[in-house]
Amino acid sequence: MKKTKQLFAGLILMALGLGTAQAEYTLNLMRGVTKVSNDIYDLHMLILWICVFIGIGVFGTMFYSIYHHRKSRGHKAEQFHENTTVEIIWTIIPTLILIGMAIPATKAMIELDDVQESEMSIKVTGHQWKWEYEYLDNGIHFFSSLDEASNKVRQVGSGIDPRSVPHYLLNVDKPLVIPTKKKIRFVFTSADVIHSWWVPDLGWKKDTNPGFINESWTSVDEPGTYRGQCTELCGKDHGFMPIVVIAMNEPDYNAWVEQQKAAIAAEAGSASKQWTNEELIAKGKSVYDTNCSSCHMADGAGLSGTFPAITASKVVTGDINAQIKLMLDGKGMMPAFGKILSPVDFAAVVTYTRNGLGNSVGDSIQPSAIQTLQSATPAAGKNE
Amino acid sequence: MSAVVAEHDDHHDHHEHGPAKGLLRWVITTNHKDIGTLYLLFALTMFFVGGAMAMVIRAELFEPGMQFVNPQFFNSMTTMHALVMVFGAVMPAFVGLANWMIPMMIGAPDMALPRMNNMSFWLLVAGVLLLASTLFMEGGAPASGWTLYPPLVLQTGKALPFAIFSVHLLGISSIMGAINIIATIFNMRAPGMTLMKMPMFVWTWLITAFLLIAIMPVFAGAVTMLLTDKFFNTSFFDAAGGGDPVLYQHIFWFFGHPEVYVMILPTFGVASTIIPVFARKPLFGYSSMVYATASIAFLSFIVWAHHMFTVGMPIAGELYFMYATMLIAIPTGVKVFNWTATMWKGSMTFETPMLFSIAFVVLFTMGGFTGLMMSVAPVDFQYHDTYFIVAHFHYTLVPASVFILMAAGYFWLPKWTGHMYDERIGRLHFWLSVVSVNILFFPQHFLGLAGMPRRIPDYAVQFADWNMISSIGGFIFGASQLLFLYIVIDTIKGGTGEKVTDEVWEDAAKHSLEWTLPSPPPYHSFTTPPTVIPTEHI
Repeated sequence: MKKTKQLFAGLILMALGLGTAQAEYTLNLMRGVTKVSNDIYDLHMLILWICVFIGIGVFGTMFYSIYHHRKSRGHKAEQFHENTTVEIIWTIIPTLILIGMAIPATKAMIELDDVQESEMSIKVTGHQWKWEYEYLDNGIHFFSSLDEASNKVRQVGSGIDPRSVPHYLLNVDKPLVIPTKKKIRFVFTSADVIHSWWVPDLGWKKDTNPGFINESWTSVDEPGTYRGQCTELCGKDHGFMPIVVIAMNEPDYNAWVEQQKAAIAAEAGSASKQWTNEELIAKGKSVYDTNCSSCHMADGAGLSGTFPAITASKVVTGDINAQIKLMLDGKGMMPAFGKILSPVDFAAVVTYTRNGLGNSVGDSIQPSAIQTLQSATPAAGKNE
Repeated sequence: MSAVVAEHDDHHDHHEHGPAKGLLRWVITTNHKDIGTLYLLFALTMFFVGGAMAMVIRAELFEPGMQFVNPQFFNSMTTMHALVMVFGAVMPAFVGLANWMIPMMIGAPDMALPRMNNMSFWLLVAGVLLLASTLFMEGGAPASGWTLYPPLVLQTGKALPFAIFSVHLLGISSIMGAINIIATIFNMRAPGMTLMKMPMFVWTWLITAFLLIAIMPVFAGAVTMLLTDKFFNTSFFDAAGGGDPVLYQHIFWFFGHPEVYVMILPTFGVASTIIPVFARKPLFGYSSMVYATASIAFLSFIVWAHHMFTVGMPIAGELYFMYATMLIAIPTGVKVFNWTATMWKGSMTFETPMLFSIAFVVLFTMGGFTGLMMSVAPVDFQYHDTYFIVAHFHYTLVPASVFILMAAGYFWLPKWTGHMYDERIGRLHFWLSVVSVNILFFPQHFLGLAGMPRRIPDYAVQFADWNMISSIGGFIFGASQLLFLYIVIDTIKGGTGEKVTDEVWEDAAKHSLEWTLPSPPPYHSFTTPPTVIPTEHI
């Protein structure tokens, strides 16, 4: 008996020891890096402890009873079966506990909901399967998808050890950059299905609904890199559209903004120059891998019944203008890439699909031509 | 109705007609025990089908990286696992129990509407087969989660209309079953069996049946709107046509929240039936149990949007649904306290049904605690759609509903078959299940809190350890259930060979009427109403 007790105590201590050793990120909610996330963490711990104490009380009573009131110990059953007083007591006490919980919960909810007096706004648009970020104050605008290293590893049967990739599935090609110590308002919407934007360190997630706008806010005190994922099932690659937020000090952030503006100018310049077919095809392959391969597959074979093949496709091997029109406007599940890709990327990927992936049509299109078409088609809405 | 009864009385010379011969017996049967058996065996089969899908999920999640299936098929597996378990296993299993037990518990010869009973079973089979057939269709089975949220669900391939029609069939089947149960309980109770003398299992099913009638048409309406959005150019859920995708979620969860109570209320009923028998004590607080069940049923209709805290609701909506959801803890707490008080100062023995029932009370309460945590809206902004919720609802379904179904199997199998099951294997099954189910689901709390979203086929490496442990628990749990299959077959074939008494369990006849009948009971349960109504449970 004594030995069993010692063994039991030992096991519990061991479990606790393990618990504290790994508490940083595998057992409990994270404190996060904002005031809201800290308030939420405190609320979480408060309710957790309430549950633990109620649990100890209820289960303790039950196990005491199971141990002592058993037939094998010769306990005779008593026949009481009603007591209005205790029924009233165990209705009222939980009610009071709930009221005690509801008060801090209401405060936190109101705080979480208050997007007023923000200093800058970022529009987040969910796409199958990447994020689009638009800085509403300075015009910076880009897409953010799963990084190439993770993308290689996560193909079925790739055989590459995920542990060899830093931040496997939690890394992107272009992270969202925000300044610290500023109240930032986020507005959320979606281009296709519902997604949900979640960075645990910020303390909340918010759904992105097509055709509607949601709002939320954050204010990060410390510079750092914070990672998250899409948390609303959004189709095949739901697990592969991570979020990376880098919070920078004001001067670093301003430098980053300048750098982005310079890149936009450079991009505009490269669209007007004449590209050779080889240049376009080479660039088109990487554009294809990032934007097209998750549906049409890396080898262009598509997915029977859902996503058409590119190889030997009637559209891709047919009239080039028809293909461009389809890609500009989108069709069904195919997004309107006219709004997603830059003229250079667009022209490159068109040229690549017609001259790669087993196709050899031989023609090409220049970025400048795409630029003209893009400016001629105002934001394409949902087509019939 | 009364005319039929009168005619029946004229034929005093009619004798007990037994079942038809051969396989056709099972196709055309209108007998509540035959149909109950069909439901239970069908549910058991689907439990293994849905379980096999869960094994695919846990195998893929065993290690980071994609090893076995592509992401689209993985999503089909999570979707189909849920639909099969909810509509093919748990719900039919409880309807099967209702068919077997309600007439015997209220002193009736059969269900009130026996032909409809037959139809409701075969529609269920048709519905589930139709659903299963989508696995082999172009584009694959639905992969949008069992909630079928648009716009994602509208991207389903050829399977969409079949899945929707299957939901219609399942809905019709459930509604017919519910009507039958209500008609039976209201019309066929033995003289003296007032509503407040009914066994708790009958009470919980009565309330569940009303829930079903209220919600199944809502679900049917929601999926029909999906159908017309997809094929007939309507825009219920499409903003471009003036609709709103979030509207679907409101309608779905108006069905969906009561739906989860459809699976848990009869569970409460069985627990309240089994615990007093093995505590050798009347159920504590019978009337408060009835009122608590009714309160939970009522509350289930006014809390639906707590499934949607992050969807973007006005603050007033968030707060209202938070407060309303917290209220559920009160009647649920009353139930747990009453079960504990029933055990208190009893004279307990721990046969397999009691073991499963105690595990149910403890582990269901764990699921209740996480439910309370998630009712707090601001904190749910962290928990929502992570493995924390996966752990929560599996705690309230697997070691709760499924454990109680196992308990019910062990409790009533001797009555149904006249044979005793092998207690040693039963206990082995229990201990393997209760340990492995916790290895399976407890680590998922940690995963969710640490930031792992649900419904993802692959994950970041810091989630690897707990996923592997969870998968190992899953494999042990899955394999252990084969023991249950063995026991069921073995008991039907003769079990331990020990002849069971009418009561089976010590003094069980004091608690409920089924124990006054022979084991196995006659084909038509009570051809003359019983004169003494047991009141031990009140």
